[in-house]
Amino acid sequence: MLELIDIRKSYEGKPLLEGVSIRIDRSETVCLLGPSGGGKSTLLRIAAGLESPESGRLLWNGEDITRTPAHRRGFGLMFQDYALFPHLNVAENVAFGLRMQNLPADRIRRETGEALARVELAGFERRRTADLSGGEQQRVALARALAPRPKLLMLDEPLGALDRSLREQLTGQLRRLLRELQIPALYVTHDQEEAFGVAQRVALLHGGRIVQSGRPEELIAGPVSAWAADFLGLGTVLRGTVKSVRPLRIQTALGEFEAQAAPPGPKKGEAGWILLRPGGGSLRRGGGKTAGGIRGVAVESVRRGEAYRIRLRTAGGVEVICAQDQPVEEGEERIWTPAAGVWIRG
Amino acid sequence: MEGNHAAVARGRILRGRLARFPVKRILPWIPAVLFVGVFFYAPLGTILRTGIDAARESGWESLPIRRAMDVLGFTVFQAALSTVLTLIVGLPGAYLFARFEFPLKRILRAFTLIPFILPTVVVAAGFEALLGARGWVNLALLQSGLIDAPIQFLHTLGAILLAHVFYNTSIVLRLAGNAWERLDPRLTAAARVLGAGPWQAFTRVTLPLLMPHLLAAAALVFLFDFTSFGVILILGGPAFSTVETEIYIQALQALNLPAAALLSILQIACTLLLIVISSRLSERAQAGSGRVGFRAARKPGSIAEKTAVGILAGMLFLLFFLPLAAPAARSFLRTDPAQGERSAVDAGWTLDYYRELFYNRRGSAFFATPVEMAGNSLMAAAATAALALLLGIPAAALLARPRRFDRYLEPFLLLPLGTSAVSLGLGMLLVFSRPPVNWIRSPWMLPAAHCLVAFPFVVRGLKPAFAAIPERLREAAAVLGADPWRIRLTVDIPIVLRAILSSAAFAFAISLGEFGATAIIVRPDFPTMPVGIYRLLSQPGGLNYGQAMAMTTLLMLFCAGAVMIIEREHTPA
Repeated sequence: MLELIDIRKSYEGKPLLEGVSIRIDRSETVCLLGPSGGGKSTLLRIAAGLESPESGRLLWNGEDITRTPAHRRGFGLMFQDYALFPHLNVAENVAFGLRMQNLPADRIRRETGEALARVELAGFERRRTADLSGGEQQRVALARALAPRPKLLMLDEPLGALDRSLREQLTGQLRRLLRELQIPALYVTHDQEEAFGVAQRVALLHGGRIVQSGRPEELIAGPVSAWAADFLGLGTVLRGTVKSVRPLRIQTALGEFEAQAAPPGPKKGEAGWILLRPGGGSLRRGGGKTAGGIRGVAVESVRRGEAYRIRLRTAGGVEVICAQDQPVEEGEERIWTPAAGVWIRG
Repeated sequence: MEGNHAAVARGRILRGRLARFPVKRILPWIPAVLFVGVFFYAPLGTILRTGIDAARESGWESLPIRRAMDVLGFTVFQAALSTVLTLIVGLPGAYLFARFEFPLKRILRAFTLIPFILPTVVVAAGFEALLGARGWVNLALLQSGLIDAPIQFLHTLGAILLAHVFYNTSIVLRLAGNAWERLDPRLTAAARVLGAGPWQAFTRVTLPLLMPHLLAAAALVFLFDFTSFGVILILGGPAFSTVETEIYIQALQALNLPAAALLSILQIACTLLLIVISSRLSERAQAGSGRVGFRAARKPGSIAEKTAVGILAGMLFLLFFLPLAAPAARSFLRTDPAQGERSAVDAGWTLDYYRELFYNRRGSAFFATPVEMAGNSLMAAAATAALALLLGIPAAALLARPRRFDRYLEPFLLLPLGTSAVSLGLGMLLVFSRPPVNWIRSPWMLPAAHCLVAFPFVVRGLKPAFAAIPERLREAAAVLGADPWRIRLTVDIPIVLRAILSSAAFAFAISLGEFGATAIIVRPDFPTMPVGIYRLLSQPGGLNYGQAMAMTTLLMLFCAGAVMIIEREHTPA
């Protein structure tokens, strides 16, 4: 079990991590999700021992490893650009960590073969890494990180350099592999779909802190802040005040909407946010009364998964996102009546 | 309580400072700093002391000072004249390479690079084989009956200038040629459209744009001509001396070490000044470079253009090819003047001179056979390469990611590069030929001197290679369990291996051809090939001459081998 406790680190004089605490349990995959440049990779490098925190501690099964150098931690790290050794072939790359443990040659050969087979690269032993495709390089990097049987695996945007379809395919593979190996993993990404696809627990890093951490469905159901709801792409987030408590109704610039809130609920007159999810409501043609809906012109209509995501722009210039199973011509007017929203404190 | 806290805080700060003292950064520097200190700065200090003492004793108006000024005058004169002639030959060549495509262009370009790596003694022997009393030109003239006695081409100012032009035209072709290639030809076209004639377009557009590069090339050529040693000594003969050769003559022939030291101070001061000027000028040229990746070369059009291109390319080819081919061909030709008839020459092809390389003829001035000399040279070169790598690899690795402390050290370590070779030798002779360190007879003296010259090149060659290793790879190795030493052995060294091999070959080639420092500190019973060639050329007799040519050919082959390694390791697979 790895524990990072109150880690602080600044970059070029500006605070980057301002007291991050996170825990990775046995055989748990934790995804560190956050915007680019938010310090995710730095946190990973601190966990790997490539950088040291300005303050805070790292514990491995309760033992302080804050000052342990990288090569004595026994963790595996898969780099964003893979960092494959250009002077070594595929097998030699994968065998590197085993060599560092001074294992006998036949065991190195056997385990290298196993690691390559696990990522479906058997037969690639003698190939030069420069001749491989991006996806193959990614798998070599994964095999190299896994071959020495690390106590913990860290992955820094492992799919970031790949194209979308390959990324979706590999997300599933990666999840199965991590479950199979029962190895605790810390996974860094800025892509929420990737994070939800791989992780058992997702930690949101924002402003140098973990703002929310939980199972993917928990994050989707109850974002703790407007920023989290927006970053996770859960829907339209509007500023509002509580007009009535039972039923909970929120007054916004676009009208009054019903909402649900996790206990303890808000008080009357309290200011906060409402998240309106795209699905579940109704979208009808413009004309007639607006009555509890949001009137706007469709500015975008794109297929996303099973439905169309439609972006409406109101007369006031506010954009909201709704969804239905039919596309809408851009420029046409629609009235969207959302389903009950989610109250977000703030 | 207050005071106690303060003391604790002070203690913590102090411990922090001590921890930050870069002991780990200093340790790897110790071998290189010790080496340069003992073999360069100690000799430099001795030269300064000896020279200043000499000047004080004899007074500033004395004979040695006036002699030194005369020598300096000639040095500047010949260097300036050589530079002007080199530019005159090099500029049309640069134009040719920049603007025209013609058959065998790539081969000619490769030829023009040869002088960069050719030992001075080989160049001198090359012109000896071409223009000497026994050289091809005189042989041909004698044979045809046009003359009765060989014409004295060598031991003239002309011979010096010719060899310098041969040596340095490459620099003009390189620096000015590359700049010219990057010059947009539409600029000249624009000038022509605006009413300028071809000559006006050249003087008003092309020349001003090329000027920074021409100045940079000229400064470098002047520096090389100024410090030239082997060419002046062998081709100039006893009638001419520059500061560099005069140091040698004063030290070894007149045995006047104080006078030599005085000249050495003069030489070091002048070269440092020239290096500063030269690097300023090349920085300025670099800053003003035009856009890269421009191709304006075309095939010659009209008949007149074709003829001009052909003649110019042919002349460049002869300039670069003849001094190389002449000694090689001459080493297989026996010329024994028939008894009593001074002019009749009975010539024939022979391998005798190569056979003679294995013998030490009675009465010869040598303690070693030519083959033994080749062995000496190869051993010294191997030792130089090993020493230069041993010192250069850690230095290059540190300088690739320099901290402030390292930056201060760099010029300190690279200064030997800017010091004349003969002065390096003289300094070592002054320091190491008397107690407490009487090392001058040690077999390591020669590699040490050569290493002073080679070490900066090795550092410069390896530094970018080390800097190019992505930090990520080291981190990947560390995470996979490699400690800092294993990272060096398994990541750094294998990745820069090609550069290391190439630097080693370069150090090897430098040592093979080094003549200036060698001439001063070499042991009489341990001569290297350049020393042997010089001695053979200064002996009378057809056999000595033939042997010199055979040795020159051999040395050329060794250097070619080293260069092939350098080139192969430079081009990525």
